[in-house]
Amino acid sequence: MLESFSAESLARAQFAFTVSFHIIFPAFSIGLASFLAVLNARWLRSRDTTYLTLFNYWKKIFAVAFGMGVVSGIVMSYQFGTNWSVFSDKAGPVIGPLMAYEVLSAFFLEAGFLGIMLFGRSRVGEKLHMFATAMVAFGTLMSATWILSVNSWMQTPAGYFIADNGQFHPEDWWQIVFNPSFPYRLVHMVLAAFLTTALVVGGVGGLHLLRDRADASARRMFSMAMWMLVLVTPLQILAGDAHGLNTLEYQPAKVMAMEGHYDSHPNGAPLILFGIPNPSERRIDYALEIPKLSSLILKHDLNAPLAGLDTIPEEDEPPVAIVFFSFRVMVGLGFAMLGLGIWSLFARMRRRLFEAPALWRASILMAPTGFIAVLAGWITTEVGRQPFTVYGVLRTSDSIAPVDAPAVAASLIAFVIVYFAVFGAGTLYILRMMNKPATTAKLGLTDGPMRTASRPAATQRQEHENGI
Amino acid sequence: MEFDLAFIWAGLIAFSVLTYVILDGFDLGLGILFPLGRSEQDRDLMMNSVAPVWDGNETWLVLGGGGLFAVFPLAYAVIMPALYMPITVMLLALVFRGVSFEYRWRVKNKRLWDLAFFAGSFIAAFCQGIALGALVQGIEVEARAYVGGWFDWLTPFSILTGLAVVVGYALLGASWLILKTEGTLRNQMRGYAGRLGTATLALIGVISILTPFQDPVYFERWFNLPGSLWTMIVPLLMLLLSWFFFRGLQGPRDAQPFLAALGFFVVSFVGIGISFYPMMVPPHLTIWDVAAPHSSLAFALVGALVLIPIILGYTAYAYWVFRGKMDPTEGYH
Ligand code: HDD
Ligand code: HEM
Ligand code: HEM
Repeated sequence: MLESFSAESLARAQFAFTVSFHIIFPAFSIGLASFLAVLNARWLRSRDTTYLTLFNYWKKIFAVAFGMGVVSGIVMSYQFGTNWSVFSDKAGPVIGPLMAYEVLSAFFLEAGFLGIMLFGRSRVGEKLHMFATAMVAFGTLMSATWILSVNSWMQTPAGYFIADNGQFHPEDWWQIVFNPSFPYRLVHMVLAAFLTTALVVGGVGGLHLLRDRADASARRMFSMAMWMLVLVTPLQILAGDAHGLNTLEYQPAKVMAMEGHYDSHPNGAPLILFGIPNPSERRIDYALEIPKLSSLILKHDLNAPLAGLDTIPEEDEPPVAIVFFSFRVMVGLGFAMLGLGIWSLFARMRRRLFEAPALWRASILMAPTGFIAVLAGWITTEVGRQPFTVYGVLRTSDSIAPVDAPAVAASLIAFVIVYFAVFGAGTLYILRMMNKPATTAKLGLTDGPMRTASRPAATQRQEHENGI
Repeated sequence: MEFDLAFIWAGLIAFSVLTYVILDGFDLGLGILFPLGRSEQDRDLMMNSVAPVWDGNETWLVLGGGGLFAVFPLAYAVIMPALYMPITVMLLALVFRGVSFEYRWRVKNKRLWDLAFFAGSFIAAFCQGIALGALVQGIEVEARAYVGGWFDWLTPFSILTGLAVVVGYALLGASWLILKTEGTLRNQMRGYAGRLGTATLALIGVISILTPFQDPVYFERWFNLPGSLWTMIVPLLMLLLSWFFFRGLQGPRDAQPFLAALGFFVVSFVGIGISFYPMMVPPHLTIWDVAAPHSSLAFALVGALVLIPIILGYTAYAYWVFRGKMDPTEGYH
């Protein structure tokens, strides 16, 4: 079945598959690392053991998720070369250094301090342990910063010129790093990571509240998560809106696909809420639309004209249906999150946050939606950039490595099997850990790698009992 | 004066690859020896001896690859497709091995992830050796692209280098465990280290004899006066290190075999460097052919010069925090 595909489509499928798996873990661990730093800081400040219990609980979950993020990320950094070597050769001089900075300023930081954060509290003391925890969190944010700068440059390239050998050569690093879409994408993604984590923490808190509404740590995490939702979701929606305006300016064809505007609208374009894109007829079937709203959102003027895909040469058009649907999934979930946040706010104002089984159930249901929104958002972004890898300049079909389709097909199959098996198992272990309440000292059968040299076993057993 | 940035960067990339080989070498090596651990407790100890640092060790591999992408993009673009299979297999093997560190503690029956840890380590090491062999043999390039087939890397020579890396890493792993453990586990590893040391030296010897015949340029480099006077230093150093290694195995100095084994790798690496220079992708592309433009090299160099010393600092600190012998009575059971 796979032999009927070209090396290009297989390589695209492989990249999309591996990066989609990868992003799931950072989306969670970026938020969780910051959450852990906050928990630890609260513990040091208040000496309230609930915080410490929560820290130890989420720390172990973090370790598993982080491990998966690392190994899936290492695959990514070699995929550019194996499948997209022409792209690598051409764009390497511009985006390569940014990725080198990511390794130097982020990956080493996370990896170097992770061991101390996980295992070192009693070895280095509370202060240095707090420092290590903060460094891990800072590292994950740095990592997001650099990689999003890279990705944004591919969306809105700036600060380069094309040299005689066909390579992109840097002209102005400031413009490259801070390319036009980067600030929007960075804010939007970091908020997305925080939301994703808040939803998971909230879901776990809700689950344990359903079982035991007196559980102090479940109460604490649920409350913290709901605050996070209340504060961050509106910001995320604003950021998303600003992001969309930026995209309209630099990648209008992507917005046309997101909006489903096959035709231009000279006097105000409708907002299509739902519908089914029909590419052969070039229209949206069964469209449910609100007149003029799209012009209002995008141009802040009911009657502003909006161009449609009919103004774009066919060979430069992104695939409409995927972009159209994924964008709606993301936005729909964004509003669902807002709804959950508002609900929790009402419950809190009526002092019923811990007597609201329906709310808890809803938060369990919503727990995975952050991941889905993140994936949907990325699919919108990335598919909307097609048919280019570097928007408007380098086509995807001109980026592919000189590898044979069977080689790509074989490796794609291997990746699919291995990823589902390995990350499936990891997800199962994480769910099992989440299924145990935070107050049980043991999450797995054994509590994870413990190490170290010269400390007497007795102290350690003692610490274990104290939950350290 | 104008610095030759491409040359400096070649040195830095070589440095990070060497650091990777040394650091991840012993932690992959310990995975290769994993099934030989006699009890579950021994295997726990083996794994725990690197659990706080393995992620940092592997990051040097990311720097090697990412660095190549940044400063020698053409080399990256040629080598990766040429080594498509071994690289992909290595990445998948590293996936299995990396997750085992955490997964193994989350299940009743550790067998499955024990196996994943061993197989992942073994296969990753083997693929790295194959990649090295294939690179030494040379990669066919035309018009900025790889033009060979997708099995060109597979030759008796590359299989031999694959094997050599497996054995060499196992040696590093065994001597690391001599350093980190006590009692029966240490004695067991001492026994292995002796045999692995002999095997490693033999394999290095055979490969050194074969290498000059892979490419006439290498041959000249090694056997022409007066250059060969310099290159003689390499085998001499090797001899000295062997003496140091085997003596270390006798005495009570548990760090000595490990240091000597690291020395084997450093010296072999320098040897390979002598063969390669100034090629980046033998036999056609030199360091300067593949280098990114000056401004890319300069921009990345600023970061590297500031950050690498800091990284080395906190890496050393992390090793220091977890220094000393492991205590087998520790751990949760
Ligand atoms: C650093 C750059 C970068 C980053 C951060 C991402 N991507 Fe990407 N993506 C690419 C660089 C790239 C690429 C190398 O440019 C690809 C490969 C082929 C292509 O057209 O673009 C690509 C393709 C690609 C495709 C296929 C598009 C198509 O063929 O129509 C999908 C669905 C995704 N990506 C999804 C994602 C997701 C879910 C990401 C979340 C992390 C993501 N990408 C981040
Ligand atoms: C194609 C694009 C990407 C590449 C090449 C890539 C590369 C990598 C690599 C090599 C690692 C392992 C680092 C280590 O050894 O410690 C990693 C981990 C990580 N990546 Fe990515 N990455 C990509 C996309 C992303 C995106 C889009 C984000 C977030 C916005 C992200 C955030 C992270 C974070 C936070 C980690 C740390 C591990 C974790 O949190 O689970 N990465 N990535
Ligand atoms: C409901 C309001 C939201 C709006 C209007 C919105 C808008 C957008 C737009 C326009 C894009 C595409 C950017 C491009 O063209 O490059 C995008 C991408 C994305 N969205 Fe949203 N979004 C919303 C909610 C969310 C939520 C709730 C999440 C996750 C929890 C999320 C996660 C993402 C991610 C990860 C991307 C890809 C990265 C990026 O381009 O920033 N979004 N969003």
